[in-house]
Amino acid sequence: MAIVSLTDVAKSFAGRDEPALDGITAEIETGTITGLVGPDGAGKTTLMRIMAGLMQPTSGAVKVDQPREMIGYMPQKFGLYEDLSVQENLNLYADLRGVLGAERRDSFSRLLEFTDLKRFTARPAGKLSGGMKQKLGLACALLGNPKLLLLDEPSVGVDPISRRELWKMVQDLIEDGIAVVWSTAYLDEAELCQEVILLNEGKLLFAGKPAELTARVRGRALQVQNFSGNRRQLLTRALRLKQVIDGVIQGRNVRLLLAPDAKAPTPNELGADNGAEVVEVKPRFEDAFIDILGGGPGGDSALAEHLKPVASQRETVIEAENLTKKFGDFVATDQVSFKVARGEIFGLLGPNGAGKSTTFKMMCGLLKPTSGSAHVMGIDLKTSAAKARQRLGYMAQKFSLYGNLAVQQNLAFFSGIYGLEGARQQRVITDMERIFAFGPFLATSAETLPLGYKQRLALACAVMHEPDILFLDEPTSGVDPVTRREFWTHINGVVEKGVTVMVTTHFMDEAEYCDRIGLVFRGKLIAIGTPDELKESAATDQQPDPTMEDAFIEIIQRSSR
Amino acid sequence: MKSFSAALVRQQQRSGTFRRLVALCRKETLQIWRDPSSILIAVVLPIAMLFIFGFGINLDSSQLRVGLVIEDQGAEVQRFIASFTGSPYLRVITGTRPQMEQALADGKIRGLVVVPSDFTEKSQRPNDSAPIQIIIDGSEPNTAKFVEAYAEGAWQVWQRERAAARAQPMPSSIQINSRFWFNPSALSRNYIIPGSITIIMTVLGALLTSLVVAREWERGTMEALLATSITRAEFLISKLLPYYVLGMVSELICIAVAVWILKVPFRGSILMTLFVTTFFLFSALGLGLLLSTATRNQFDAAQGALNAAFLPSIMLSGFLFEISSMPLLIRLVTYLIPARYFVNAMQTLFQAGHVPQLLWRDVACLMASSIFFIGLTARLTKMHLD
Repeated sequence: MAIVSLTDVAKSFAGRDEPALDGITAEIETGTITGLVGPDGAGKTTLMRIMAGLMQPTSGAVKVDQPREMIGYMPQKFGLYEDLSVQENLNLYADLRGVLGAERRDSFSRLLEFTDLKRFTARPAGKLSGGMKQKLGLACALLGNPKLLLLDEPSVGVDPISRRELWKMVQDLIEDGIAVVWSTAYLDEAELCQEVILLNEGKLLFAGKPAELTARVRGRALQVQNFSGNRRQLLTRALRLKQVIDGVIQGRNVRLLLAPDAKAPTPNELGADNGAEVVEVKPRFEDAFIDILGGGPGGDSALAEHLKPVASQRETVIEAENLTKKFGDFVATDQVSFKVARGEIFGLLGPNGAGKSTTFKMMCGLLKPTSGSAHVMGIDLKTSAAKARQRLGYMAQKFSLYGNLAVQQNLAFFSGIYGLEGARQQRVITDMERIFAFGPFLATSAETLPLGYKQRLALACAVMHEPDILFLDEPTSGVDPVTRREFWTHINGVVEKGVTVMVTTHFMDEAEYCDRIGLVFRGKLIAIGTPDELKESAATDQQPDPTMEDAFIEIIQRSSR
Repeated sequence: MKSFSAALVRQQQRSGTFRRLVALCRKETLQIWRDPSSILIAVVLPIAMLFIFGFGINLDSSQLRVGLVIEDQGAEVQRFIASFTGSPYLRVITGTRPQMEQALADGKIRGLVVVPSDFTEKSQRPNDSAPIQIIIDGSEPNTAKFVEAYAEGAWQVWQRERAAARAQPMPSSIQINSRFWFNPSALSRNYIIPGSITIIMTVLGALLTSLVVAREWERGTMEALLATSITRAEFLISKLLPYYVLGMVSELICIAVAVWILKVPFRGSILMTLFVTTFFLFSALGLGLLLSTATRNQFDAAQGALNAAFLPSIMLSGFLFEISSMPLLIRLVTYLIPARYFVNAMQTLFQAGHVPQLLWRDVACLMASSIFFIGLTARLTKMHLD
């Protein structure tokens, strides 16, 4: 039974040319989890708010088959009062929703049990971990036994274990016959939902079962396995073939997506040795998404062509030794040690708040370690951070551009502070404009750029001075998969020129692009190795072929045992 | 039967309103209690500002430096000097005329009194006047007026004493006996403090509420509240009531400090004061709430509140600067400043006591401004996200 029906729903906002939502027709069924899927800016939150009755569509009809009191809504950031305790938050929402008397007592004990927050009722919500906040937000949204539960990006900023727990909790709710809408930018989450609504730039790409969507790419997902030689070069060659519309690196293998009705390339065509095998694999949601968008970008990076090969022949370029950072009592980074070789992509993988960015900032000389040492190109960051910084490029989280400067002004400013001047500066800026196709946006202020262009601009600003090392902090957070591939094409290209890349990410999939990964959890580096090594080390009898996320969870559980 | 069930529904709705209102107010109170900045604004700010206003601003010119040039050494002159130097408001420096003129030019003294050499001679002669010369530094007109007045006062005292000594009536038939009503000691502090309580309450009221709606938007809790069935009125009342109570506490603190520590006489009734304050506070809280609702940003709202509350109330309320001496246009603008009415009411209550005919106009204007600000806030408050 449909609890929500959306008919040709559109929503525009004053001052924006493109509508936030455009012609959305879909239904939400009772007893299912419906994934509302899409990259940032796709219109997920707007659609959520329309279903919650917080906004009216500009045109089209929204029919919700329940009164407002029977809708539970958890906004982004969970809607909690941080200075109120767990119990006080529950009391407030119970009063506001009219959950009283015996029903209130029952709900409280049931929800506290369900969310495992009983021990923390007196703790202020602001002092809870991300996972616990999320559970409390869910508990508050569940007061009054809603028939429709709307969860807006519940898994952002939450560690993978809490994410799984929440997923299980929501599945229990489904059995009680309520409808759940779960919005997410993670495509692997979409695969787990019974129904999905896939949005991109305000348009509905697909509504239905995920399997129906992946059916369109059945037989077209391949993996190139057991080849010797460079996987990044193989991917570049593969993407040059006409029949390949998309490709990504998956550990030591390369995954490809074929054009409809195309023949699989032979190892020979891919330039792989004879031992290589091309095998068909199960299609993923992301393959289908890329297919709908018309395929991924090509495999050649104009940026890499522009760069000169790195001159330095040094073997180890980044070295951290017992790196520790304390903020008061809180240990953000705890005795972290690793080495990164020249031309390597090294990833730090972990949930928000695990200490990735703190470690990162110490490696770029932006933060002073409490103890331990950090060396970049053999330069001790403690004594000569400024000297080291000239050799590295840094792309900060959320891109940290000057929002009210135009694209060209941002380029001029960042090239200037990296010491470029005169004709050389001018030449580099022109090159960047060409490489990243900034042409139509040169006079646009950075804050009004589309997210994908912001990311390109941030990358351009970080590489103009041709650094030996590139630090990328959450570089692809929230962007759509095509833009993400384009970004990695550039990164793969510059690595081939000998640039060393260090990257943080909370996308488990993205970790597969890295040569080696460090798993960060609660300030500690709990494991280090190639993606395949980590997955193999986490294999168990129940899970012989774990995903990166499975591996992460398994390793966390082992390390805390 | 139908009307009965409708009544029942209404009954339930009303109790729902009450329950939600209590829940929201309780939440707000807990937040005030746990947020050190609210307590800082409500308790520390008024005390600190009162002391600054109480001791920092003093319009009485005590210890003005005045030069005295005596060119006559007669007994009359000695008496005149005694009456002159006996004043607590003047510090008298004597010297020769060129010295003193130089001191005046250097700004070391504010005025100069010259007793000419023929002073005794002329004062002895009947039907002749004994002139003294007073030179005043006119670059600070306010101070100049004080020097002039004190010098004349000293002259009069001397005249009176001389007349008494000779058992003669005053040479002048008119005797000026000044008495200040409502502020008998004519201490400027006695009218500055009630006025400064107004400034404090304006700033405090606007600051307290400027943060509260913006905070809900910034922390994403507004969205969660809107998803429940609370009404606009419930929301706004919960944003006003707890801060009203807090503001009244601040007002009582102000009065206590003024009366017991700064020793400013308070002649009005405390009940009437709280009554007037109620309307003023709603107007100030309304202003803060309006800014908070319009900007949805704590920083902008607090900046706006400081500027919109502090500057007009200090410049245009008549607390420091006499409204009657302002140009017509500015004078008309002052009618729009709520602080103007509250300054008036507070000065009346402190210095003149409870004078209903003086207070009713102030109360009416404050009520109108409360309705204006809160009404505008209500119009801007949307219970949806569009």
